[in-house]
Amino acid sequence: MNRTQKVITENFNTYKVEQIDKYIENGGFQGLKNALEKGKDFIIDELNISGLRGRGGAAYPTGKKWNGGRQTHADVKYVLCNADEGEPATFKDRELLVKDPYKVLEGLAISGYTFGAKEGFIYIREEYEFLHDKIRKAIKLAEENGYLGKNILGTGFDFSIKVFSGAGAYVCGEGSALIESMEGKAGRPRMKPPRIGVAGYMGKPTQSNNVETLAIVATVLKMGAVNYAKYGTEKSIGTKMISLCGNVKKPGTYEIPFGMSLREIIYDIGGGIVGDKDIKFLQLGGVSGPLMPKKYIDTKYTYEDLEAEGFGIGSGAILVADETKSVIKFLESVSYFFFHESCGKCTPCREGKRQMKKLLDKMSKGTATTKDLKNIEKISRIMTDASFCGLGQTAATAMLTAIKYFSPELCSSIDEIKAL
Amino acid sequence: MTADIFDVNKILKKYEYKDSSLIPILQEVQKLNEEKYISEEMAKYIAAEMKISKTRIYEVITFFSALNDKPKGKYFIQLCNSTVCEITDKDLIENALVSELGIQVGETSQDKMFTLEYTPCFGACDVSPAMRVNKVVYGNLTESKIKSIVSKLRGDTHE
Ligand code: SF4
Ligand code: FES
Repeated sequence: MNRTQKVITENFNTYKVEQIDKYIENGGFQGLKNALEKGKDFIIDELNISGLRGRGGAAYPTGKKWNGGRQTHADVKYVLCNADEGEPATFKDRELLVKDPYKVLEGLAISGYTFGAKEGFIYIREEYEFLHDKIRKAIKLAEENGYLGKNILGTGFDFSIKVFSGAGAYVCGEGSALIESMEGKAGRPRMKPPRIGVAGYMGKPTQSNNVETLAIVATVLKMGAVNYAKYGTEKSIGTKMISLCGNVKKPGTYEIPFGMSLREIIYDIGGGIVGDKDIKFLQLGGVSGPLMPKKYIDTKYTYEDLEAEGFGIGSGAILVADETKSVIKFLESVSYFFFHESCGKCTPCREGKRQMKKLLDKMSKGTATTKDLKNIEKISRIMTDASFCGLGQTAATAMLTAIKYFSPELCSSIDEIKAL
Repeated sequence: MTADIFDVNKILKKYEYKDSSLIPILQEVQKLNEEKYISEEMAKYIAAEMKISKTRIYEVITFFSALNDKPKGKYFIQLCNSTVCEITDKDLIENALVSELGIQVGETSQDKMFTLEYTPCFGACDVSPAMRVNKVVYGNLTESKIKSIVSKLRGDTHE
């Protein structure tokens, strides 16, 4: 049974960006209205009931983050929508911005109101350049209709939004690196503390939220948290946008209730594997996520079930690889990605990736030894433990899980060579 | 300089010569250049106008993959080599491109018509394998699609 939902995605394919009136007819901006009418305590309460956790990958409870944020005092504060969706295998934020841009803007306005910011930015990756003008147009129309700009809905709340284009750097998905780039610098992560919530853009408190998170905020405040919380499981409340891709018949963005099994997702929603082959492994949460061998596909897609087995939801990406795919080749593509994207600031990440690439080259050429495998494992652990930011800390996740689950495959190519 | 200084000045003025706007400035200046890059001469000019060091400009250009310090062909083809495209047969597409274009990945053709490079995932994994040509996404690629795309770009009328 296909159990996809239409909660966050309720407005998909119902309007074009020019048709803000249709968005309004569908109940658009009702979340913002409720938020402004009932106030900040109400917003925080609703978010807490909704169980919403940041959908960019960190999964931090949004109600808690927002409640902390509103207590930071400063003359000027900013909010950001992080649309720098750079995690390979992830494209659900793109779909949200394409198919329901107003909902994201509405969520950003609610975040601005709660945080105490008059100005917000939506940082869209360069690769989504085709979206930039569309979002600018949506901002303009929302202003003309009184949902952005001065004295929104007659409540005295002023809030404006600007679009900022990324320039092609995965590491800018990290909040402080993103802000560095907004200030005209190379996007290298900053030393913490201070966190960006305390000193971010132009040194002012800045709160950043993922696109999906903001869309859910608008949804929850419109429909009521209690209604939203009817979806999902006890600990993983609500619905989730997933990016299903790889060797599945029907790749795409889907909204599902938490609690479906991966098998249901892949077969009932994704239509199964191309050529009706078998599954070899999945990679959940994008290129920084672990490889999951087929034996786990009956695991439920919830934070708690996945974490119990050492996996995670991450960005919501579900990549499926069929039985014919080579783990070594896959790891090479992972390693190439991180090699390309490392910002070079800290040694474990910069040098670790260089070493990892060298060893992988050996593996694929078949000249690697078991000693090399031990070496890769050691380097991977150092990268994970000692890198400065999330990029380096997760760059070796795929490798470590490949060693855990697929060492016969990695080793057999080693041992065959030794037997020659 | 290929780009008209008049247009460059307009961009600088629009951003009030603020160094915090360096990235949008460079992106817009690069767009003026048919060869899709920022020449050294241009980098020097911008540095002088904005009263910042040339090093700062180069740090930014070389850091971000969407900013180029080397010229690209008329059609800049960026083939995704990240994970999803990798397992949906990007290799076949790469071979087709290499044989149709007569250049290797990383090269520009002699007539400067084509540049072929790898690029990390640009979020078109649902239509993988995918590439971008002058930033326009082409997805669900097959060998025969590559043939027809390349011949169209070449301006061949026979299909
Ligand atoms: S972990 Fe990698 S990306 Fe992060 S700061 Fe260090 S070098 Fe840069
Ligand atoms: S992996 Fe190729 S577009 Fe995402």
